[in-house]
Amino acid sequence: MLKARYRTGLVFFPAFDWAISPTHPEREERLLYTQDQVFEEGVLDIEGIREFKPELVTVQDIQRVHFCVPDVAGVTTESHFISAGGAKTIGRAVLDKKVDRGFALVRPPGHHAMRVVHGARGFCNVNIEAIMIEYLRKAYPLQRVAIVDTDCHHGDGTQDIYWHDPDTLFISLHQDGRTLYPGTGFPNEMGGPTAIGTTINYPLPPETSSEGFLYAIEHVVLPILDDFKPDIIINSAGQDNHFSDPITNMNFCAQGYAALTELLSPDIAVLEGGYSIEGALPYVNLGIILAMAGIDYSKIKEPKYDPERLRQKPEISRWIQRTGDQILSNWRQRDKIRSQVQDNQKFAERTRSIYYDTDNITEKQAETISVCSDCAGVLQIDSSTDSGRRILAVHIPIRACSHCKELGYQWFDAAGKKKYDAIYLQDRPEDAFTKMAGG
Amino acid sequence: MIIGLDVGGTYTDVVLLGDEGIVRAIKVLTDANALFKTVLSGLDAITEGIPPENIRRIVLSTTLTTNAIAQAKISKVGMIVSSGPGIDPELYRTHPHYVAVCGSIDHRGREIEPVDTCEIDEFARNFASEGIRHVGVVGKFSTRNPQHELLIHDRIQPYFDKVFMGHQISGNLNFPRRIATTYLNAAVYPVHKQFFEAVQQSLEKKGLTIPIHIMKADGGTMNFAASMNYPAQTILSGPAASIMGSLAFAFDDEESLVMDIGGTTTDMAILVNYVPVLNPLGICIGPYKTLIRSLESHSIPIGGDSRITILNRSIQIGPERLGPAMAYGGAAPTPTDALCVMGKIKTGDREKSLQGFQPIAHDLGCSVEAAAARVFDHTCRAILKEAQVLIDRINQKPVYTIHELHEGYQVAPRKILILGGPAPYFAQHFEEISSFRVGVVPRWDVANAIGAALARTTCEVSLFADTHQGIAMAPEEGFAAAVTQDFSSADAITTAGDLLKQKAARQGASPEEMEMEVVENQQFNMVKGFYTAGKNIRVKMQIKPGLIDEYDTIAGILSTE
Repeated sequence: MLKARYRTGLVFFPAFDWAISPTHPEREERLLYTQDQVFEEGVLDIEGIREFKPELVTVQDIQRVHFCVPDVAGVTTESHFISAGGAKTIGRAVLDKKVDRGFALVRPPGHHAMRVVHGARGFCNVNIEAIMIEYLRKAYPLQRVAIVDTDCHHGDGTQDIYWHDPDTLFISLHQDGRTLYPGTGFPNEMGGPTAIGTTINYPLPPETSSEGFLYAIEHVVLPILDDFKPDIIINSAGQDNHFSDPITNMNFCAQGYAALTELLSPDIAVLEGGYSIEGALPYVNLGIILAMAGIDYSKIKEPKYDPERLRQKPEISRWIQRTGDQILSNWRQRDKIRSQVQDNQKFAERTRSIYYDTDNITEKQAETISVCSDCAGVLQIDSSTDSGRRILAVHIPIRACSHCKELGYQWFDAAGKKKYDAIYLQDRPEDAFTKMAGG
Repeated sequence: MIIGLDVGGTYTDVVLLGDEGIVRAIKVLTDANALFKTVLSGLDAITEGIPPENIRRIVLSTTLTTNAIAQAKISKVGMIVSSGPGIDPELYRTHPHYVAVCGSIDHRGREIEPVDTCEIDEFARNFASEGIRHVGVVGKFSTRNPQHELLIHDRIQPYFDKVFMGHQISGNLNFPRRIATTYLNAAVYPVHKQFFEAVQQSLEKKGLTIPIHIMKADGGTMNFAASMNYPAQTILSGPAASIMGSLAFAFDDEESLVMDIGGTTTDMAILVNYVPVLNPLGICIGPYKTLIRSLESHSIPIGGDSRITILNRSIQIGPERLGPAMAYGGAAPTPTDALCVMGKIKTGDREKSLQGFQPIAHDLGCSVEAAAARVFDHTCRAILKEAQVLIDRINQKPVYTIHELHEGYQVAPRKILILGGPAPYFAQHFEEISSFRVGVVPRWDVANAIGAALARTTCEVSLFADTHQGIAMAPEEGFAAAVTQDFSSADAITTAGDLLKQKAARQGASPEEMEMEVVENQQFNMVKGFYTAGKNIRVKMQIKPGLIDEYDTIAGILSTE
């Protein structure tokens, strides 16, 4: 009798009636063959594997993470509420100890969605992992969270949301940004001044194979996780590193994904990208499910798998090792780097431009954070778009000190109404969200 | 006239229905070791003095296959399983004569690895030399492309009496269940065949040459010929017969909960618009999870004869039954005894019940009458709580589209229909402690046999089309046709409907009872690169479980009796 070693929860929500556009990679058909494979394998009958029906997140759940412009309804569809809701359902099942681990196989994905949302970027509107995590932080005594993003694209949205959060370790493994969307995610992107070190980027060269991925996990990611000691580990489980993926250039495989999952042992996995819907997803998803449940996955093999062709070149291995060494060295020196960056300044500023490829919007942000020694620091973002919209967003972090809380209220109250279409306040200690109309 | 017969654990119920309602209803003791004798004595008694030409339909519901599996009295079967990549097929081994062979079909039905015919020949010879006469052949994704199963079937057929193929058993995806179901079909086939051939011969001797119909777990029937291909569908037909019997007395088209309160267990199911809710996958029996269509039912070990124990002042009903209630000569106090103590049941020996309730009253620290009332109340509440478990299970069934999640139909029955010995007493108390409206099925004592007599032929057809590959298929029906790019889901429904009508007719349905329904209808654009290369269409249709047309008259008469 087949039995899961770890009780594993699954939310399966393929959203068979939602697509970005009929021929877009993020379309109805995307998880069809995965569902066929999962059903045909009888996965849901295995003792210890349990399927949960996804709930819907609330507007409040989304506003705990995002500043949606003009509002949540304006940048989301029902599918986003269910996709994030699927992650939330799994998060609750794990923290309620109904299951040991959980995997949300949901779409649409979320890891390119940043804190401010004017539209869709990289097929993502809202960040489903962040919405889950911030809900769990509110509902359970949960503080330290680690997110390991193994999607082939840099998880720039998740990075943005946790850039200033020293309690969230964000590690992204992805194809080098010089060769793939979104073009970011280099080792020197290490987090904001109050959270330097808890953002870690591990770019991998094109044609990285299982060997390289597993090296990165074993020799770099796991030691860092051991140091950080998270309460919970979340895997943003994108599947587009697969050798057959049509929009990336990596050489990963189903066995490799399963082995990665086994090594990483995430408490929660959330599906992100992956667009080889026939040749990879059915097998990769099956591999991840079995690995999470602690069931033998050694007989999974995708039809076009050829280990000879996927063998990693020595120069790629050397490159991955060198990058790993640099990341570990940064990690060990993070306290020193932090104090250098902080340099006794009271406020830090950065400006940047963000492009929403899916919706063709360009946003300019000017960000100010108080460099606080007692908390993550209150943050304000002045955001304007090429469509002529301008907003001010104030974020008071969940464990803000009284000084930063006070400063956040002052910023919000003092904001010039004429300058902005709207002014938003995310008051995490009070779990409140306020929007003030400007203009 | 119609004969309905249902073999139960203790009694076998037989009814003869005619234009005037129940012409005759009898009970004979079931001899589990001589089921043939039991069935025959029931049929003898019910037909006595009735001219054979007046009987136009016979439906039998037996525990034959259920018992055979429970008692492991099943024949030696060979299983040939071809898996391809995925979970190790060794993990689904049903029994020793089980071999995993080469060959692989993917999720779209494309061949990934061919069958190794030498290997097949060798295994077939080995099975044959070990005296195996019946074999099951199952391939992963054979419901998408049955070629490998057919090839193996044709090769090994000369060695064996009958070879069952997985793709003919169900159109649903679930390889391990397909293995278990095919195995069970092969394993119960000899006992089923022998039994029903003997029944048919006996009936012929009496001059009854009409076709026999056999009850299935989904509340429908199939004819004798069809049952030879799907004998395992007769597993657990008994509870289904009772539920179908209650259907004739359903309040109206609103949702209702049906409860059959027996001695050992209470079985529950849900009716929506006169149709019982079906289990989406199939029944579980012993260690086997199957693809055998069945009613979504919930069976709990609480019944009129459940033993009552008191542990730390709390009442425990069941799970075991030690025999009848003390009022009827049993050894342990039961809810039926509670009803005797309360003076509601007057036929038993109340003194015995009082005696049984003395220690309970002592443990609970109250009078014997109060203890009986509390036990009965506790029993009713425990049953209602389990009813909620069934309702929740149906409502928590996952869905996979935004539309379904939002429009998601939730069952919320406000009415209960009860069958079973103590039904009237339970009915009254259920109404007192809940907001359900409760009705008692008249002639509940033979509702199971009435259900069998009146149940319609049911079946299901799954059709899928892949216009990229230019094919429409219903492997269960042996149907495959070339289609063009413009084949639509409407075309798929038309084709599936035709196949369903043919199948239902083959299985014994008359044209007027073919109430068809589309249970699944999905269509996906298949994209290659950045253009639409074709459509992937999946359609499933069924003949709904229900009662044959005559039921209106008969139910009308029964309700007013």
